[in-house]
Amino acid sequence: MNYTLHFGAVWASFDHLLGGLAIGLALAVAAVAVGTVLGLLSAFASVSKSRLLRGISGTYVLLIRNIPLLVLVLLVYFALPATGIRLDKYESFIGSLALYAGAYLTEVFRAGLLSVPKGIVEAGRAIGLTRMQTNLSVVMPVMLRNSLPSLGNTFIGMFKDSSIAAAIAIPELTFEARKINVDTFRVVETWTVASGLYIAACFTIAALLRRLERRFPKF
Amino acid sequence: MDAFLAQLWIARWPIFDGFLMTLGISAGTIVFGTILGCIVGIQLVFAPLWLRLPFRAYVDIMRGTPLLVLILAAFYIPAVLGLSLSAAQAGTLALGLFAGAHIGELLRGSLQAIPPGQIEAGRSIGLTFPQILANVLLPQALRTSLPPWINTGVELIKGSSLLSMIGVGELLLKTQEVIGRNFMTIQFYVFAGVLYLVVNIALDMLGKSMERRLGARQ
Repeated sequence: MNYTLHFGAVWASFDHLLGGLAIGLALAVAAVAVGTVLGLLSAFASVSKSRLLRGISGTYVLLIRNIPLLVLVLLVYFALPATGIRLDKYESFIGSLALYAGAYLTEVFRAGLLSVPKGIVEAGRAIGLTRMQTNLSVVMPVMLRNSLPSLGNTFIGMFKDSSIAAAIAIPELTFEARKINVDTFRVVETWTVASGLYIAACFTIAALLRRLERRFPKF
Repeated sequence: MDAFLAQLWIARWPIFDGFLMTLGISAGTIVFGTILGCIVGIQLVFAPLWLRLPFRAYVDIMRGTPLLVLILAAFYIPAVLGLSLSAAQAGTLALGLFAGAHIGELLRGSLQAIPPGQIEAGRSIGLTFPQILANVLLPQALRTSLPPWINTGVELIKGSSLLSMIGVGELLLKTQEVIGRNFMTIQFYVFAGVLYLVVNIALDMLGKSMERRLGARQ
């Protein structure tokens, strides 16, 4: 084992790694934003009275949760053009990751919906709010607050999954690290730094989320 | 559809090989990860601080790093350290270490959920610590960790698809090779997706039935 560490080669390209980290975060933010809309719709569908809506939501979650993200990403990126839909690689990856996040968020929001006390829903109805108004101004805020911890975990998960964008040549952190790896052969250093960046980002996000949770009292 | 079935028939052996490889690697990593996870979980709860810290660091590093990065690191790093691992071995190692951390963490949760009174009760009737572990703690902790353990299994089967990126001939890579020959992109990706779906749903159903059987004995 004759390997001496030379971090210099990695520091020389450190700005590329940071840029990659920013792209990964941006991908995760965009995907979770779209995924939240999908997840909310699907969660309300999963607790609705209509059997059809419950079926659609259930099938969506079952399909997406049991198929590898990489298969989904490749399918959307390589197969959609054949049906005439043209997306660039960023749009296609954000779309796939959003679909994926939506399925996980369905479960998160569903649990949040079930955690809303029945009494406050009835109270909303009793003061004359319509069903829609009750959902928007009573159920949603409580549900969102109660799902905040799981929502944060899902976001961290999606940020880690943004590494899969390297498979379709999006220059995010993993892609940049692999490039430095094959350019310089400073293998140990590259992966230590890349993994360190991911861990630092995850811990920072987790700490920020805990602060956010403390600012709003739990129901 | 006929064209797809004809192509599928031509490609049946590569896809079957890839499917077996996916199953083999997944089964191997679940077994390896479970054994490792049991050790890690117990250390995280009961080891003295100096021993607990390295285990904590291991779990946090594995859980804070994307699986793809772990796989790429396991693929590139051993070679420069003078170890020669095949891509499949490196990939299995990465998946197994990843699984060990996740299973260790969920077992830690289950162990800590057991009321400490039970350990004291065990001690007061004269059981040694290994006896308490084997007869009091693990039977309960393993049962409550079953649902998240099955989830980890599903994540590992899905994660094994990432090994295609380091050239392990598992289901996804074989599918990509087949697509490279016949250009039936949608059909074959969907077919691979369906195979993953079937295996994962089967595993999920197995887990549910195990939960029911274990629950009945409570």
